[in-house]
Amino acid sequence: MIGITHYVIVSTILFVLGVLGIILNRKNVIIMLMSIELILLSVNLNLVAFSAFLGDLVGQIFAMFVLTVAAGEAAIGLAILVIYFRGRGTIAVDDVNRMKG
Amino acid sequence: MIQAFAFYLFATLMLFSGAVTIFSRNPVHSVLWLILAFFNAAGLMVLVGAEFIAMLLVIVYVGAVAVLFLFVVMMLDIDFAELRAGFVRNFPLGLLLAVVLFVELFVGLVVDNAGGLAIGKTSGAAAQGALSNTEAIGALLYTRYLFLFEAAGVILLVAMIGAIVLTHRQRSGVRGQNVAKQNARRPDEATVNMQPEIGKGVSL
Repeated sequence: MIGITHYVIVSTILFVLGVLGIILNRKNVIIMLMSIELILLSVNLNLVAFSAFLGDLVGQIFAMFVLTVAAGEAAIGLAILVIYFRGRGTIAVDDVNRMKG
Repeated sequence: MIQAFAFYLFATLMLFSGAVTIFSRNPVHSVLWLILAFFNAAGLMVLVGAEFIAMLLVIVYVGAVAVLFLFVVMMLDIDFAELRAGFVRNFPLGLLLAVVLFVELFVGLVVDNAGGLAIGKTSGAAAQGALSNTEAIGALLYTRYLFLFEAAGVILLVAMIGAIVLTHRQRSGVRGQNVAKQNARRPDEATVNMQPEIGKGVSL
């Protein structure tokens, strides 16, 4: 029977896939942003599964806030990407040193 | 039985499309596989009765975020082959990190199954009653979490303004319409009555 363990395992694998995507695509910032979306998706899945498991709706409320922040993050990240591309003509981010920080 | 089948179908498809998302050579394909992953995650959420969050996931992610990604990927003129250069070099490190992370999370899960630390786990009662999922979320969201809900709205507003401010640029050499100047123009200063003599022109 399908239990909470199955959900946790699935979201664990999805989380690891997201982290792997960030490491593997170190140059392509678009795929890195997509990997972050995958990570947030796995977190949301975990929250919803535990919310159903514990019979407590607060998990789903929190998943909604995670969704909000993920949407904002994607918008800001892609805006930064667009202005970075405008200035440099590339989106290879493994050697970003414009601000010499 | 049908639940188990649906779970394994959604979970397998979601993990597969997540893997293809990060391994795909073409970012457009990546975005499309990401959309499939979101759909399957929404299916998994529907399976546990969280239909509101599932629909929100489809609307927000597929309707807004994925389209935004697709738009940016297609708008920028990028040599994607060059961006793949570090893929093989980063592969051992990434795989090591992923394996370590997975083992850690899995060990945590196994330990929790073996009894776990008793730090105040709820009993798992407190059902939603007769309300449907959406009604119950609404009843909770607009009462106890009203201010957090409004704070989420402020976050979205800030993100929107930030994205606009970041990408907006003043173009030079573009002749736009100056509405205020047009509205401030009056007939007596815009037109001149002249009576030129024959054979002479008027100076404008």
